[in-house]
Amino acid sequence: MAGAAAGVAPAPPPVTAGGGDAQFLRVERLTKRFGEVAAVDDVSISIRKGEIFALLGSSGCGKSTLLRMLAGFETPTSGGIFLEGREISGLRPFERPINMMFQSYALFPHLTVWENVAFGLKRHRQPPDRVAAQVERMLGLVQLKPFAQRKPHQLSGGQQQRVALARSLALEPRLLLLDEPLGALDRKLRAQTQFELNSIIKNVGVTCVLVTHDQEEAMTMADRIAIMSAGSFVQVGAPREIYETPGNRFVADFIGTVNLFDGALVEDEPDHCVIETPVGRFYVGHGITGVKGQRLSVALRPEKIELSTTAPADTGSNCFKGRVVECAYFGATSLYRVLLADGTRLQVSVPNTERHGEVITVGSDVYATCTPDSLVVLVS
Amino acid sequence: MPSAASAVSAPVGSSGGALARLRHINWGRKAVIGIPFAFLVLFFSLPFLVVLKISVSEADGVQFKDLVDFADGTLTLRLKLANYQFLATDPLYLKTYVSSVAYAAGNALICLFIGYPFAYFMTRARPTLRPILVMLVSLPFWTSYLLRIYAWKGLLDDNGVINNVLLWAHVIDAPLKMMYTAFSMMIGMVYTYLPFMILPLYGTLVKADPRLLEAAGDLGTTPWKAFWLITVPLSKAGIIAGTMLVFIPSVGEYVIPELLGGPQTLMIARVLWNEYFQNVDWPMASAVAVIMVVLILLPLVLLNRYQNVEGRAQGDAKRPGGAAA
Repeated sequence: MAGAAAGVAPAPPPVTAGGGDAQFLRVERLTKRFGEVAAVDDVSISIRKGEIFALLGSSGCGKSTLLRMLAGFETPTSGGIFLEGREISGLRPFERPINMMFQSYALFPHLTVWENVAFGLKRHRQPPDRVAAQVERMLGLVQLKPFAQRKPHQLSGGQQQRVALARSLALEPRLLLLDEPLGALDRKLRAQTQFELNSIIKNVGVTCVLVTHDQEEAMTMADRIAIMSAGSFVQVGAPREIYETPGNRFVADFIGTVNLFDGALVEDEPDHCVIETPVGRFYVGHGITGVKGQRLSVALRPEKIELSTTAPADTGSNCFKGRVVECAYFGATSLYRVLLADGTRLQVSVPNTERHGEVITVGSDVYATCTPDSLVVLVS
Repeated sequence: MPSAASAVSAPVGSSGGALARLRHINWGRKAVIGIPFAFLVLFFSLPFLVVLKISVSEADGVQFKDLVDFADGTLTLRLKLANYQFLATDPLYLKTYVSSVAYAAGNALICLFIGYPFAYFMTRARPTLRPILVMLVSLPFWTSYLLRIYAWKGLLDDNGVINNVLLWAHVIDAPLKMMYTAFSMMIGMVYTYLPFMILPLYGTLVKADPRLLEAAGDLGTTPWKAFWLITVPLSKAGIIAGTMLVFIPSVGEYVIPELLGGPQTLMIARVLWNEYFQNVDWPMASAVAVIMVVLILLPLVLLNRYQNVEGRAQGDAKRPGGAAA
């Protein structure tokens, strides 16, 4: 897919006055209320030109409402949306230079693939040869030229998804919205489609806001992710940033799996801090601004823990003795649950790098260790 | 020995399979198709054949001569086609057929224009309200249709409710002539057949995916344009079904033209009635009936062909779309 897409070089859109690339799309204090409930609550964000920005959250967090306000299907209760410096929240959907790829695609079932892609172009009164050329280009982009005369129901799920993408890109929108772009595909197809979709969007260079409840989808596709909960952004950052340095317990728990330990601050230096928890003492490789005795949590990802049946040299901190109570073998990795002395269950993910090495089994006494850098202190 | 055993067992096994297959023919399924089929053969095809036979028979007093005659070693088949010849040449019959079809088509068209917005706004109503609206549409079926036609007589008559109200309000000086005209007949037809248009239209419109209209809007279509480009084409099946359901019975409608129509509103069913019961010319009446059935069957065949095509398309749609939904 990437090979075919590489041949297409869309003309770089002219930079218009106002806005600027860093504030290509600016959402300002946007709020949407349904009765008493605020589906989107005072959200502000700036999105860079060419960026793929993901809104990630569980259902009912307001991410779809936010997307629908960008598309123009919902009217904001208050706040503004600025595209290239121009206020667009008063415009109706068909007046916005924004196109959307709908959840489960919303392809027109009575029209062929070709007519679906041409639909928007014809509405904009483009001359027939221009329409035909653009449809051809789009179908080439998504590698569906041989299927031009098929009806949507004669295509597989993955093909339908590509038609939807071609249709939403045909008008060369300033902003592309994707609503759960991979939600309707089965697991195996998702992994493959994810990369295809990503490379097409990157090739076209369109700025993109996508909504998903699937963190893997958000992580692989987006340059930046906004974690949403109860209508607000909890944290905004690059995928790695959100995973490795979650800002609070909610994000740490929402993205991936995490072991959380509640404890108190006993030592706070610029380059490290020590937290005393019921499990033991954590030596964390970064300083925080807190007071001694402050209650906080330590987050530790399962894959950042090492298991060993022999005691390490230093058992003073970041070392916890326990017994394996559960073990799940996934092929590439194994997941262990280690019961610690105080009754906490520690989740540990170990890569299976050797085919026939020493195997830790249920009932083994183990030492779980981690490095100071792998720990994150969360104050909220 | 083992080879012999297997050689013997093989045919036994296969014949057992065939027997099992025979036993496995789904008799229940056959009956489900067979009962209505038998019903149609018994109560539609056979009477129709009888009518067809009468239409080509020669009357012999009150009896009809046999069509097939075997005498002197010669088998003769005598078909009297004079009735059909007469039908084709007499302008009155031709005019009546044409006007029947025209009235029926007009009825279907008016029902479509009233019924479509009606059905459309039903689908736009709150989901809790929709079953009540459907019930209201079918409410007229709860009283006899003859009674309801008589009620229209009371409304449209020269000294009926409408004329009296208009006279009382000094809108008119003399009663309007509404009864026994094409107008009164069309009112009765539209009124009677409107639910048959609304219900299938509602059935297809309610299934329409609102996201398709959003997608059309997103691609630069105004709501009005989107209605014509998306909603109307996707309700094609409902439009055809509703139009057929109204058109077909309207062609042969007897009661409404008889009660509300006037002498100038020519409808074929009234001619049929006259041939049978006033002229007592059964072969002629039968010929009129046969042509009428053919006239009605033609659009039905077309509808059936269209539905087959649609059905196949939808059958295809279920496969890949199932997981996505």
